[in-house]
Amino acid sequence: MNVHHHSYDAVIVGAGGAGLRAAIETAGKCRTAVITKLYPTRSHTGAAQGGMCAALANVEEDSWEWHLFDTIKGGDYLVDQPAAEIMCREAIDAVIELEHFGLPFNRTPEGKIDQRRFGGHTRNHGEAPVMRACYSADRTGHMILQTLFQQCVARDVNFFNEYQVLDIAFEDGRVAGVIAYDQATGDLHVFNTKAVLFATGGFGKMFQVSSNAHTLTGDGPGLLYRRGIPMQDMEFFQFHPTGIYKLGILLSEAARGEGGILRNDSNERFMERYAPTVKDLAPRDMVARAIQTEILEGRGIGENKDAVYLDLTHLPPEQIDAKLPDITEFVRTYLGIEPKTAPIPIQPTAHYAMGGIPTNIDGECISDDQGTVIPGLYAAGECACVSVHGANRLGTNSLLDIVVFGKRGGRAMADFVQSTDLPALSKGVEGDVKARIDLLKANSGKEKAGALRIALQEEMTKKAFVFRTDESLASALRTVRDLQTAYESVGIDDKGNVFNYDLTEALELSYLFDLAEATIVSAQARTESRGAHFRNDHPTRDDANWMKHTLARRGADGSVSLSYKPVVGGAYEPMERKY
Amino acid sequence: MAKVQVELKVKRYNPETDKKPHWQEFTVEVEDTDRVLDALHVAKWTQDGTLTFRRSCAHGVCGSDAMVLNGANRLACLEIIKDVGTKITLEPIRGLPVIKDLVVDMEPFFAQYRSVLPYLINTSDPGYTERYQSAEDRARFDDTTKCILCAACTTSCPIYWGNSQYVGPAAIVNAHRFIFDSRDQAAEQRLDILNQRSGVWKCRTAFNCSEACPRGIKVTQAIEEVKRAILYDRV
Repeated sequence: MNVHHHSYDAVIVGAGGAGLRAAIETAGKCRTAVITKLYPTRSHTGAAQGGMCAALANVEEDSWEWHLFDTIKGGDYLVDQPAAEIMCREAIDAVIELEHFGLPFNRTPEGKIDQRRFGGHTRNHGEAPVMRACYSADRTGHMILQTLFQQCVARDVNFFNEYQVLDIAFEDGRVAGVIAYDQATGDLHVFNTKAVLFATGGFGKMFQVSSNAHTLTGDGPGLLYRRGIPMQDMEFFQFHPTGIYKLGILLSEAARGEGGILRNDSNERFMERYAPTVKDLAPRDMVARAIQTEILEGRGIGENKDAVYLDLTHLPPEQIDAKLPDITEFVRTYLGIEPKTAPIPIQPTAHYAMGGIPTNIDGECISDDQGTVIPGLYAAGECACVSVHGANRLGTNSLLDIVVFGKRGGRAMADFVQSTDLPALSKGVEGDVKARIDLLKANSGKEKAGALRIALQEEMTKKAFVFRTDESLASALRTVRDLQTAYESVGIDDKGNVFNYDLTEALELSYLFDLAEATIVSAQARTESRGAHFRNDHPTRDDANWMKHTLARRGADGSVSLSYKPVVGGAYEPMERKY
Repeated sequence: MAKVQVELKVKRYNPETDKKPHWQEFTVEVEDTDRVLDALHVAKWTQDGTLTFRRSCAHGVCGSDAMVLNGANRLACLEIIKDVGTKITLEPIRGLPVIKDLVVDMEPFFAQYRSVLPYLINTSDPGYTERYQSAEDRARFDDTTKCILCAACTTSCPIYWGNSQYVGPAAIVNAHRFIFDSRDQAAEQRLDILNQRSGVWKCRTAFNCSEACPRGIKVTQAIEEVKRAILYDRV
């Protein structure tokens, strides 16, 4: 196996919204390599649909403070309030900046950026839904990804496309490099660097019904977790209410923002019972639970009564064509249904990790419950946990998160590398990666990665989904550990060097197992229900004992240990979450 | 929904072992509502892990899995078995060097994309607020903002197959997206680039590109609009 060596001031891993925004920030300030396992425009930011909230007040009265309140309440008070304040304040600048970068937003009749309603976003602390989401039809994420990539092209950003980072090297407690695998050649590349920013996105492929891309396997969090970095709030995984039945493909909340209605088998608008004020525009955790409850109580639709309807048939066809063109086309393609005349069968789909690599408001990674910064290590976007989303992210706040904290992380990293020397990197830091690859290629084991991945996904969807119990989680944990044991005898068919996805898929699967285990262990310990984490055996929120973030750490022997750190409060005291 | 047997006939090439490409057939069982991409996954995950293709989002927005499907450029994740039938032939897209099986070298394609200045150029100070743009001006370039850079259009173009110097439809689409954006100030520069020998005049309006686009972009129309802008010096 050939090994190549590079040295850079900074490395960014991942080229979705957060990675690209960080790259724009470091461009011209320090020599930066952006290492990405996919061509940047393949990143899953491009699949985001509905919008990006900012209190521009272009259409009706709004304020960033209302946005902040909604974010904290939506997150079921597990949000760190100072961080969320930064996000909601800086949202306005972030949207204006994207417009200046060329993002083609939809416009109001006066030519300003148009805005629309979205789940959990309200006027004056919950009075009524507010038009806050800036959008570009139902392809806002696509436009953000393209626009940020265009700006990177303009700045001649140095991309290492289809290089997959598989390990990190520390020297004396600070970051010194990363080890990447070049998919085109099978060679290893060691990047000696002063700082690394991880922006590798989510890990929703641990679930069967998922809106996530096949490639969302948590490589960044996974490799850091193995090197002893804790994972924060892993029990909080968002299940989006409206995935296309069975496929899990996302149908944006914008469908309900534009007036779409959820209905059960008797055509009832059931959200009126669960959230009388905002109805179908309640936060995602509540809507997902409402749907699952309808299904469990026998009011589902279809042959197996395991779905409900998203009804757009009462909307003017021209509104559907103008505002929701892509998602209605998905419905035609995958279900053969015309959404203008027939309701769409949907079910909750695994969507977004609120948890991940713990960071502060400058994207610096935190190693413990004391806020200790790991020098040179940064993270931003879905793979990170600041925490601005708490126990449940509001719709549109992920696109906001990636541009606000991608920029802040990139800026902080560019400053950091000015004041430090390139650390020496020990010889042979690629040894561990090399050993893992050699082992997989040499192994003639009977287990297949594809089958093990499907087993993991089915188990997580059965037992660690919208509703959880101690029993279901204990059972899921046993299964995951059995699968981890089985993984030791995975054999791959492809022994070659060129585009060996057989190999990289097997490597990715090992990260999914570790992160699934951290998710289950964290969820089993949290004996309350908060945000997206709902325990049937502990159905209420317990502020006395659980106003704290979970930190899951993996020991050298593979065991998982948990510790906690308090939520950082602010102006808003926890109150009952009614909509 | 019904289980069906699908015969996948895949054009395969492994640079480490093969002198030239060969065909291999896989028989897989899938639902008739599954995607062609799902059938490829069944083949890879249960029969032959060496079968190699790019994919990511699996619903037509990332542009990774463009391939020649029963003779036409398609995204494998947007094609449903019951629509395309149970005998499916898959080949790598044409005009770009094949690296392995269905994976081609995308670098020439992205170099052509980069050559048209695919980013907003406006040197005036916008101040603190957004630049205003009327809904009509915004609609002028809406179609070409949909491009996902999958290369289905460019690699369906017979001119591109014969002349890899031609910038190709995708690059022109991305130039169009800025040429007709009222906020942009560099239309002239882009029109100069596309007026060169490698530019729009290579296009013979075969319409393959429009037919191939998985996003439904009227690619040929966009190219014609750029040609007219060059000829009549107006945007």
